[in-house]
Amino acid sequence: MLRVQNLQVKYGDFQVLWGVSLEVHEGEVVCLLGPNGAGKSTIINAVSGLVRPLAGCLEFCGERIDGLPTHEIVTRGISHVLERRRVFPYLTVEKNLLLGSYQVRARPHREGSLSRVFSLFPVLRQRRNQLAHSLSGGEQQMLAIGRGLMSRPKFLMIDEPFLGLAPLVVTEILKIITQIGAAGITVLFIEQNVQLALSVSHRGYVLESGRMVVSGSAKEVLESALVRKVYLGI
Amino acid sequence: MSIFTIPSSEVLIQGILSGILMGFVYALIAAGLSLIFGLMEIVNFAHGEFLMLSMYTTFWAYALFALDPLLSVPLSAGVLFLLGWLTYRGIIRRILGGPMLAQIFATFGLGIFLRAAAQFLWTPDFRQVSKAWVQGPVRILGVSVGLPQAVASVACLAAFGMLYWFITRTETGFALEATAQDRQAAALMGINTERMFALGWGIGAACVGVAGAFLANFFYVFPHVGSLFALIAYVTVALGGFGSIPGSLVAGVIIGVIEVLGGLLIAPAFKYVAVFVLYLVVVLVRPQGLFGKF
Repeated sequence: MLRVQNLQVKYGDFQVLWGVSLEVHEGEVVCLLGPNGAGKSTIINAVSGLVRPLAGCLEFCGERIDGLPTHEIVTRGISHVLERRRVFPYLTVEKNLLLGSYQVRARPHREGSLSRVFSLFPVLRQRRNQLAHSLSGGEQQMLAIGRGLMSRPKFLMIDEPFLGLAPLVVTEILKIITQIGAAGITVLFIEQNVQLALSVSHRGYVLESGRMVVSGSAKEVLESALVRKVYLGI
Repeated sequence: MSIFTIPSSEVLIQGILSGILMGFVYALIAAGLSLIFGLMEIVNFAHGEFLMLSMYTTFWAYALFALDPLLSVPLSAGVLFLLGWLTYRGIIRRILGGPMLAQIFATFGLGIFLRAAAQFLWTPDFRQVSKAWVQGPVRILGVSVGLPQAVASVACLAAFGMLYWFITRTETGFALEATAQDRQAAALMGINTERMFALGWGIGAACVGVAGAFLANFFYVFPHVGSLFALIAYVTVALGGFGSIPGSLVAGVIIGVIEVLGGLLIAPAFKYVAVFVLYLVVVLVRPQGLFGKF
């Protein structure tokens, strides 16, 4: 579904990605792991066109998407939940969700999408008329994911969904990610906690200093020498 | 002798009423400024010159084609929408990532250019629409006010209402609001943020397009006419809160009334003193303005 080949990105004089490749197949849940500053967010920001690549090729469903503006990329069926949720703070929960289905192809399904999101996150139904900035961190993350689902994407990218959340909420969101994957939506998400992320993923990639160092099935990644040594301390 | 003069209650009521009427016009001008600022945090320092151009548009439509100012409202709004759109596409888009000073001087420079161009093309003469459809006084609530002022006021309030409806009730309005709150997140919703910025500039300029057409009915038209209104618009936006559309309505009316009261209670020459004293107080006591989020 998504094919990233030899992706290179520079911020000014500072090169962040040095020829990264990765693939996500239809129906998979894949996690992208690695320490802070490795360039994980840069990869998915490049996929959604928020960052312009220096070199490389981005393909979605067999078509090249690099160079397209963000609003055209997302209408092809990609949804991107940004790091730190980035809900619209001064709009209500409901308006945030409705904006998720702003795209013309998603508008006719609004009612259905909304009730699906509400059944996935019942707390959002209770909060529907509240301003988004008044929600707790966990609720905002649910809103951000819910908003991402409102466009009925084929492919959902989530950037650090567990950042700064209480353990109970983390468990809940993990469960939701599994449910989204089971519903047939392909998922790529970023996380730093290797064991947590691999517990819900089919495959994983580990990125370090802008280079892909480990990739494979969840089991392979977990058992690789580098992950065992650096991340698990075994 | 006291510096304050106590006017009769009839004069006072008349003053307050005309202040409120003028306030609605100020509110619409300020709303355009506030909309642009709220969208992209850029202050349009050419806003007064936009107003001047809309007044000239109306004047020339009258002088050359005998089009009454009331009829040139759509024309003026359209011309200004185009001007705002082009200002974004041609200038603002290029300096968005630039340093703050570049952003200030781009619109400031545009303002000076437009003013100088108007003076060059149309001379500094004061011009006037002399035989408009609406003229003379009208009695409202037992006091007498100018009919052109009353018409301008009601029309600006109506335009303001339409603007508010557009922003809070339409899909495109939501998209504008979303773009203002988080540009990247808005783009990820499938919103063409470039188009929203251009649209915001277009609508912001069209606000003065409407206000200017009505002002040309009772105000002299000359190259520097925008400076005064722009100054009041900045005070209005600061009082109402930068980026707040309802704030500009409330602040516009407050400033309209204070201006008149300042003129009545102190002396007509001092009416702007009251307005700018209010501005200083706002900056000191509540810098984010009445409805501001910043």
